[in-house]
Amino acid sequence: MTSGTTTPAPTPTVDWAAVRADFPFLERRIDGEPLVYLDSAATSQKPRQVIEAMASSAACGYGPINRSAYRLAGEATDRYEGARAAVARFVNAPAAHEMIFTKNATESINVVAGAWGRANLGAGDVVVLTHMEHHANIVPWQMLAADRGIEIRWVPLTDDGQLDLTDLDALLDGAKLFSFTAMSNVLGTLPPVAQLCRAAHDAGALTLVDACQFVPHNATDVQAWDADFVVFSAHKMCGPSGIGLLWGREALLDEMPPFLGGGNMIGNVTLDGFTTAPLPDKFEAGTPPITEAVGLGAAVEFLETIGMDAVRRHEMDLTRYALDTLGQRYGSDLVVHGPSNVEVRGGVLSFAFRDLHPHDVSQVLDERNVCVRAGHHCAKPLMRLLGANATARASFYVYNTTDDVDALAEALDGATDIFGL
Amino acid sequence: MAGLEDLYREIILDHYRSPRNRGELPVPPAVMAEGHNPLCGDEITVYLDVDGGPDDGVVRDVKVAGQGCSISQSSASMMSQAVIGKTVPEVRALVRRFKGLMSIEDADGAGDGDAAAVPGATGDDPHPLGDLEALQGVVKFPVRIKCATLAWNTLVQALDQEAPASGG
Repeated sequence: MTSGTTTPAPTPTVDWAAVRADFPFLERRIDGEPLVYLDSAATSQKPRQVIEAMASSAACGYGPINRSAYRLAGEATDRYEGARAAVARFVNAPAAHEMIFTKNATESINVVAGAWGRANLGAGDVVVLTHMEHHANIVPWQMLAADRGIEIRWVPLTDDGQLDLTDLDALLDGAKLFSFTAMSNVLGTLPPVAQLCRAAHDAGALTLVDACQFVPHNATDVQAWDADFVVFSAHKMCGPSGIGLLWGREALLDEMPPFLGGGNMIGNVTLDGFTTAPLPDKFEAGTPPITEAVGLGAAVEFLETIGMDAVRRHEMDLTRYALDTLGQRYGSDLVVHGPSNVEVRGGVLSFAFRDLHPHDVSQVLDERNVCVRAGHHCAKPLMRLLGANATARASFYVYNTTDDVDALAEALDGATDIFGL
Repeated sequence: MAGLEDLYREIILDHYRSPRNRGELPVPPAVMAEGHNPLCGDEITVYLDVDGGPDDGVVRDVKVAGQGCSISQSSASMMSQAVIGKTVPEVRALVRRFKGLMSIEDADGAGDGDAAAVPGATGDDPHPLGDLEALQGVVKFPVRIKCATLAWNTLVQALDQEAPASGG
């Protein structure tokens, strides 16, 4: 598949109860009741496999990577590089050394803006973004605009929260880079990534795909997209926080100057200067998140065991069920932003409920242990377009069920009781 | 266990449904300050009209504009009622008392402790904060303290603008 906009092929049935049994957080009780976690778009819960891999690696397999001869250090290095190979395979990257470990996807975008951008963009050069970007894919470019005088152009949205591609060719005309999300963290929208990459390349621009929300929930193929840079985070895909990913084409990464300077990223250092190490070390200055890499590797194996087509199908089912259930129960009192067609949206539902402020909605839901996000979701320009300061957002993952959707729907009634609506 | 009834007291819901002193004031003579809650995107604008200088001026009028949740809106409404007619030093003391109620110590160390020295807020009044005490339940929901203090921090910004315009 070339983008997230198609229904995945039928897959063998997954035992979702067994998947849930892998998540210790589901055993947690607050006020004697279990949690209904609907905030995976912010960060995902972790399965036992990830927690145990990290614990065992930290307990008895921990050592420095890339710099010592003893066997313990060798084991640690092997596990660290094994995780890199696993995540490269997971998104079909051509080579593991093109996969750079960063702190998070935000840092990954800053590496591209800071290293590639500073080497290649000057006054008047154009970077094209969209109105549905996360602040992480806005602010680094605004920093370059302030610093270098680059021009930022914006792809607008249609009324139903998809990209309005009517004037895309004009927007891309003369652009150096098109940087866009593969899935909106507010609207759930799944833009046609491969088509956008093709349009950018036709205009002579490179592409950066913010796949933070996409990779955890869909089968990803960076080569089928024909993207140039792809960024995502481990903590949204059942892995730990503190480690993110930057994939880039080898030739681009080779040409770029380094981002952070320090240990591990050098070939040689003299009193007169330094040379850089080959990929991926060139972009991994200092001691990296070693234990977190092991957790990421375990998360990839966990998701591969379920199968990403099955994950996507599961979330389409939940999203469809949620749209139906909330629509039937609350009608026009509950407005879900973004596309209504689950073929072009992921499992993220931002909604307005009556006239209630999202903070109050989430507070009432928390009383029933239903965890949703309330706020601007780090997408204030998009919020302004929606005419809202904030929304409540429910998002789904592998551990969610239709029971969770029902719990959300019932808990919303609590708002009616308290606010007398 | 903190229940929602501790947070959503009836008086809070009343101020939320019928906010007092909503609107704007002409600037000048009033001053204006904008406050943002970066966590939730709430935005509030406080208009403050002080008759007199920073030491003896009296708050002639306050208006509040903007959007927010029930806690930030009701807190802003109660704040506007509480400060109209007070002198600037009384208002600043009230801000400290309110932050004390929210378990926040000011940078100068002035929390609830020195509030008894405030004129009109002496120890013989068992409820010196009046309706504002209804917001005490917010402390049990730490995430919401920023909602409750947004209007107050914005008021302080407005007061600080007012200060140099002595006699304004």
